[in-house]
This record gives sequence, structure tokens and C-alpha cells, in this order.
Amino acid sequence: MRMAVLVFSENLEVAAELLGKGRELANDLGTKLAAALVGSGVKGKEKELFAYGADVVYVVDHPSLSTFFPETYTEALAKVVELAKPEVLLIGATKRGKETAPRLATKLNAGCAAGATSLRIDKEKKLLIAERPAISAMVVATEFSKTKPQIATVPPRTFEKPPRDDSRKGEVVEVKAEIPPVEKKVVELKAKEMKGIKIEDAELITSCGRGFRKKEDLKLLEELAGLIGATLGCSRPIAADLKWLPEDHWVGLSGHKVKPRMYMAVGISGQVQHLAGMRDSKIIVAINKDPDAPIFKVADYGIVGDLYQVIPALISYLKSKKG
Amino acid sequence: MRVVVCIKQVFDPAELKVDPSTRLLVTDGVSRKISDFDKNAIEEAVRLKENQKAETFVITMGPADAMRALREALAMGIDNAYLLSDPAFDNSDTLATARVLAAAIRKIGNVDLVLTAEASMDGYSGMVGPRLAALLNLPQLTYVRKIVSVGDGKIVVERDLEEGYEVVEAKLPALVTVTKEINEPRFATLPKIMAASKKKVDTWGAAELGLSKEEVGLSGSAVQVMKAEAPVMGRKNIIFKEGELSQQVEELVKALVKEGVLKV
Repeated sequence: MRMAVLVFSENLEVAAELLGKGRELANDLGTKLAAALVGSGVKGKEKELFAYGADVVYVVDHPSLSTFFPETYTEALAKVVELAKPEVLLIGATKRGKETAPRLATKLNAGCAAGATSLRIDKEKKLLIAERPAISAMVVATEFSKTKPQIATVPPRTFEKPPRDDSRKGEVVEVKAEIPPVEKKVVELKAKEMKGIKIEDAELITSCGRGFRKKEDLKLLEELAGLIGATLGCSRPIAADLKWLPEDHWVGLSGHKVKPRMYMAVGISGQVQHLAGMRDSKIIVAINKDPDAPIFKVADYGIVGDLYQVIPALISYLKSKKG
Repeated sequence: MRVVVCIKQVFDPAELKVDPSTRLLVTDGVSRKISDFDKNAIEEAVRLKENQKAETFVITMGPADAMRALREALAMGIDNAYLLSDPAFDNSDTLATARVLAAAIRKIGNVDLVLTAEASMDGYSGMVGPRLAALLNLPQLTYVRKIVSVGDGKIVVERDLEEGYEVVEAKLPALVTVTKEINEPRFATLPKIMAASKKKVDTWGAAELGLSKEEVGLSGSAVQVMKAEAPVMGRKNIIFKEGELSQQVEELVKALVKEGVLKV
């Protein structure tokens, strides 16, 4: 008999989100909700996990876990799985989570729903039913695993963080795990240029893509964003190839997933990887000179035209209204 | 040094369409191509061949048509190719796929470095690389944007993580997954394409790889897909075309005000 829904993310914000969803799944399965706390010197942080709903926290505190290596974290999590015998295991799909989940799943000889955007329990069969974007994010695949535990990775901000309750208490299980050393070492961690914006929190986003010819031209969009109180977003090439904007502006499958009240895509053609990051926006506006650009298919409103004409026109109209 | 690149042939996303009545994907007549980031993995292997005299191999699991993807990799400069093809491999999930690739890498033997892309363009799960590393019991270095150095039984790479670029050293053999930013893949030249078309490419099936039917394909897969349908977008698709640009802009702003997302 499997006993729990277990969640893990090295990012405690994401772990809290998983606990929110995990509670619902645990109720449907009639099991406890457990969380794994893995690292070096992590003891004490279990309070965070209790506050967001964990009934049990498995703590693996080991000096070998001071650096996050997927190999050592896999060993630690495998030990927790052995003890907790979870029916369901949710792992936060941060980059570290995304590389650890498949390694762990393979060690456990198990399947894994990668990047689940929806999770529910088929109560009769006690199955975790996951939905995830598939085939270039053109379709949503509904799938389940034949193996136990039933594992899914969940992108950050897919589910709401539950209300915090500091009075909640739970059981702490200290896990003694042998962590074999891995022949790897971190030589250096180079900082990325970040402005510290949280694009996921933005209500309005104006986003730029390859339609912009040079970095200086982004000022146009900045001016528009300033007028309407929007945050600047961008597609992969702008952040990753050209580095015109720091990566915290990057919207897409490998960037950030956003759900603003309005997403305005300017000079963005709408590659599927980009669409996967913004398709849940309430209102989508597209401005592109190519009438066949895929972005128009997912847009509520659009103007087919050269952004170098449309954006200045938009700015001057808005300014005239504001007097 | 022996380097194996694992690639995948995918439907060209630009040609994919959804049948609006069934919401199912239409794949008939859609051409297949090497998944974009796999070309970065191929390019990186070819550079290791040019700079370090590495012996390079490319493998792919897929139908007979996937031979074209292998020929393209050969034309880009890879030395040897193997097609992993067997009706028993059909409908393999990431676990079963990794088993097939792992068996082929063991059969190639004495491999120092396995290269894959960060993820494929279609599934985009990013799971096959780490699963393969687990099956082969190799250290994994994911999201690699730069190979800093390789030699003397070790590799140093720069990884692209949320919090920064992590420079990591690992012992070889190891598995590396590369990002799109690692390099600019070359185009194959006509003479190389001609030469690649004549190269002998063996096909390995389950029997050659020593795999049982229970380990591969649908029966070897842990994940079962119930359905795959296009999401209902429910978008308004209103394009402002009438009149001058100034009129279009005005209508757009009015619509956004009405939606309650803009205030003027």
C-alpha cells in the first residue's frame, strides 16, 4: 500500500506550489502529503514546508549535498522514495528539477510526465492523469504512468501557492542516506546579468522578438511599456542569442511562463516554444508585418504592419489621449 | 577520444497543422528533419573531431526514413552512423528510447563522451539525455552552452542555469546536453553530401542490440498516452485592417480599454 503524495523542489517557492496541488491529489487518493527537504544544512527549513501543507517532511541533510548535482540528489531522493513509498511524486521543473527527475525516474525504472500543466487523480484506478504540451506544443497530451511512483515534473507557477499557515505542524523524518561521491566539481559560478524583474508577476507585458533590428530600437517598446505600465518581455533570440535583454525577460518554454492580463507580442513570429510560455494570457495582441505569422492564430487582436510604424503610432495615440 | 551524438528526426513544426474538426494533429505529408538543437550537438562533435582528432559516431532511433537524418549528420562531418530501427521500437517513451540508445552506445564501445541536445523540438521533455546518463551510469552535464576544455580524462563545461553560468569539471566518460547557444551549426556542402550518401550505414534492431521486446516500444514504456489534442484556444482573432494605421491603432486601444486591460 502506497502511503503518500511526495513533493520535491530545491526552490522552496516552487515546493510550496507543489504542496498546494499535492494536497488536492492526496485528498483524492486518501493519503498523507509529504515533502522531501534535501541539501546540506537544510534542517530547520521543514517549517516552511509544514506551513504550506506538508504532513511529513523527509529531511536528507548531508555534507555531500552542499552542491546540487543531479547524481547525488537522485541518490538522496531515491532513499526518500524507498521510505515514503509515495503513490505520486511531484518534482518542480526548475532546470535542476528537470535534469534530476529523469535520472531519478530511470533509477526507479519509472515513467515521468514532463512539464505537466494539469494534474488530477482518476479515483477509481488511483491513477495520476497528467496533461502536458507535446509535439512542438501543438497538442496537449493526456497521459499516465504504468509504474509507481507516478512521477510528474511541474513548471514553476503552474499551480497557486496555498495560503501560509505558520501554526501547522507535522512529522519530521530524518533520513540517513549514503551519498556516494560524484567525480564532478563546480569550478566557478558566473553571475548572469539580471535586473531582478519578475515577469511572471506582470499584469501587462509588451514583448519583443526578431522583428527588432537592433538593441537600441527596444527603446521604442520601452516607451510604450512605460506609457501603459507594462513589463518588457522577449522571445528566445533576444535573451539567449543576442543578449539584448537579460534572461529574466525571456518568455517561452525554456524561459518564463507568464499569464498576464494582456500580452502584446511585437515582432514575434510565434514559434511554438514561445507560444507555450504565453498562451494562457488573458488577452493576446500581435503586431507583426507578416500576415501569416503563427502569432496571429493565437491572438485576440492584431495589427499587420511594420512595428517601426505601428509602435510610434500607438505611442502618439496614447500620448494624445493622456494629454 | 570516441564521441557519440544522439539525434532525433522530428516533424517540421512549421508544417504541422491541426484538423479543426477533430483537434488532432495532421502529420500526413509533413516532412521530417533533424531536431534543431541536435544540429548543435552534431556541430560540437565535429569540432571535437577537427580540434581533438575525436572519432565521431551518430545514432538515431526511428523508422527507415531516419536514415536521411544520419546522412545529413555524416555530411556535416560525423565519421560513422548507425540507424536503430525495429518495428518493436515503435511508440517508445523516453525510458524505452533511452534503453535503445544506451544499448547502441554500449555496442559502439569505449565511448568517452555522449552528446545530446538539451531537448527535442517536438517532445521538449529534456528527459532522454539524463535517462541515458542514468542507464549508462555516467555523470551528466546538462544545459551546456560551452565546452571549455576536454582532454586528460576530464571535461570542463559552462552550464546555463537560472541563477548563473556554472563552470563544472567532470571525469570522462560523461554525457553532455547542449543548448542552441553553444555554436552555429554548419551547412553540409554538396561534395560532402555526395560522399555521405555513399557511406555504409548499418541498421541495428532489438536483436542486434540484445534487447528483449518487453524492454522497448509500447510494452517497454512506462508512460501511456491516452490522447493528444489541440487545446481550445478560444481566441477572438480580430485583425484591424480598415483605414489608415492611425485608425487601426485607435481601434486596438479602444478594444483593449473595453477588455479592461488598458486605461486611457
